[in-house]
Amino acid sequence: MRLTQGTFSFLPDLTDEQIRKQVAYCIAKGWAVNLEFTDDPHPRNTYWEMWGLPMFDLKDPAPVMYELEQCRKVYANGYIRLSAFDASPGWESLRLSFIVHRPAEEPGFALERQETAGRGIRYTTHAYATDRPVGERYS
Amino acid sequence: MTTTATTRTAAERYRAGVMKYKEMGYFDLGYEPKDTDVIALFRITPQDGVDPEEAAAAVAGESSTATWTVVWTDRLTACEQYRAKCFRVDPVPGNPEQWFAYIAYDLDLFEPGSIANLTASIIGNVFGFKPLKALRLEDMRLPVAYVKTFDGPPTGVVVERERLDKFGRPLLGATVKPKLGLSGRNYGRVVYEALKGGLDFTKDDENINSQPFMHWRDRFLYCMEAVNRAQAMTGEVKGTYLNVTAGTMEQMYERAEFAKELGSVIVMIDLVIGYTAIQSMSKWARRNDMILHLHRAGHSTYTRQKSHGVSFRVIAKWMRLAGVDHIHAGTVVGKLEGDPLTVRGFYDICLENRNPMRLEHGIFFDQDWAGLRKVMPVASGGIHAGQMHQLLHHLGEDCVLQFGGGTIGHPMGIAAGATANRVALEAMILARNEGRDYLNEGPEILERAARHCTPLAQALEVWKDVTFDYASTDTPDFVPVATPV
Repeated sequence: MRLTQGTFSFLPDLTDEQIRKQVAYCIAKGWAVNLEFTDDPHPRNTYWEMWGLPMFDLKDPAPVMYELEQCRKVYANGYIRLSAFDASPGWESLRLSFIVHRPAEEPGFALERQETAGRGIRYTTHAYATDRPVGERYS
Repeated sequence: MTTTATTRTAAERYRAGVMKYKEMGYFDLGYEPKDTDVIALFRITPQDGVDPEEAAAAVAGESSTATWTVVWTDRLTACEQYRAKCFRVDPVPGNPEQWFAYIAYDLDLFEPGSIANLTASIIGNVFGFKPLKALRLEDMRLPVAYVKTFDGPPTGVVVERERLDKFGRPLLGATVKPKLGLSGRNYGRVVYEALKGGLDFTKDDENINSQPFMHWRDRFLYCMEAVNRAQAMTGEVKGTYLNVTAGTMEQMYERAEFAKELGSVIVMIDLVIGYTAIQSMSKWARRNDMILHLHRAGHSTYTRQKSHGVSFRVIAKWMRLAGVDHIHAGTVVGKLEGDPLTVRGFYDICLENRNPMRLEHGIFFDQDWAGLRKVMPVASGGIHAGQMHQLLHHLGEDCVLQFGGGTIGHPMGIAAGATANRVALEAMILARNEGRDYLNEGPEILERAARHCTPLAQALEVWKDVTFDYASTDTPDFVPVATPV
């Protein structure tokens, strides 16, 4: 399966040149750029691990591209997303968020159904990636 | 133009009988509106031979304290304060029959936090007043002191994006079609295919409630099966606007509670349920972490014609106060009424922290929203993937683009239609962020994106000649002109 979270998941994976242009756009807007990684892409898994602190006051995409390269080396088999944060009054949240690295194989999710009263069903989305032992997942 | 602030004794003013509204204290060109006044701007078309200033004063009178004759009981009140005052009358550019009347209302005339009360005054009796041929409420300035008596949108644009984990692009939706007649099981199929294919939302139409062919519980159950399946297939948060509109408030609460039990992130109501019901549902949505979608069903009966009714920009302001998270606000390029600049004004009302006066967009006042959350405008009706560059240009990235026919009518099926829309959108956002002239290069950007996406190529081919090019009726009265240097 292909995880389609993020702004550009329906396009072919972005090249580094394309990523650099998006970072330049974020910098021109005055946004901070952040890299995060995970092996559990559950749609409600909000807090991916931070790769260092968000990068504020950037002048150039180069530091982001360097950090991305380092992050990829360590978490080649995980997901990495790049997000841009806007601290303007009335927003104070992300303005852009897209996947910049995926594992070679994306195991996807199981949908578990618990039948309840009437015809009701309680649904649980389960990421197959989390079936692996913790010791393997977080090494 | 003259003022009528003539001095006269109280005995003269309150002598029994009939008196011109202008002379009763509802007209004062010298009046400076207070920061706390509510200001309404009306377009008035007086009957032949009626003085426009008298007509404007009558509007001020009939929408505040006046009746047709002098009453002595006025003197038991602080009547000067409670009288609305017309303080400015301007001719409408290019229309000798019509006038803009600016009327100020003291804040104490209104109950805090009640759209019903506000509208009962401002559009209560006065629209049927005989000396006027026609009357339209064009805009309102709502003072911060009044805005702060409302909770506003339960979720708002920013928190909605955070909950859905979707940033940097318009959200994509589709209204299930045909809007009437599908069984619950077949209806859920459309939802599943559209969400799996790449849409964020699907939507019940305004008139799908609980009919013989599909009862509401059945629809909710099948729809949530579809939503959860699509979520697991894509790893994305998905939603479907479950329309809880019903005959009574109790039924609406029951349906909303069921939607919540099933895990829906969003419920939907129609404008026709009325202002009080909308405010009640807004409070419910706030208590239950639910996004509240409003379909503006019925609005064109009073918003479309320029001479009479209520402008949609006023409805949008009332709905931001009343507290909805989504509101249909026009597409510009689609099948429904929408002049580009007028629609821009509606979107700004939904989205800005503060609206500066922009006459060319039909915005007559500075409006401070005082921290009230933003409403996500929804563009729906006759739009397709081939218009993506125009949609992004006119509507920006904070909106929901709803492609109903433009998803479900795709020759290769619903999921393919959804994919075409999502690919077209992402390609356009990518190009815009890269600094390309996406409006002019739009067709080329789409065509390139279609090389790796057959469904998009097919969508572009099927709908390439579809445009809805008709003259708008609701257009701004002011056009910007270059100032000679």
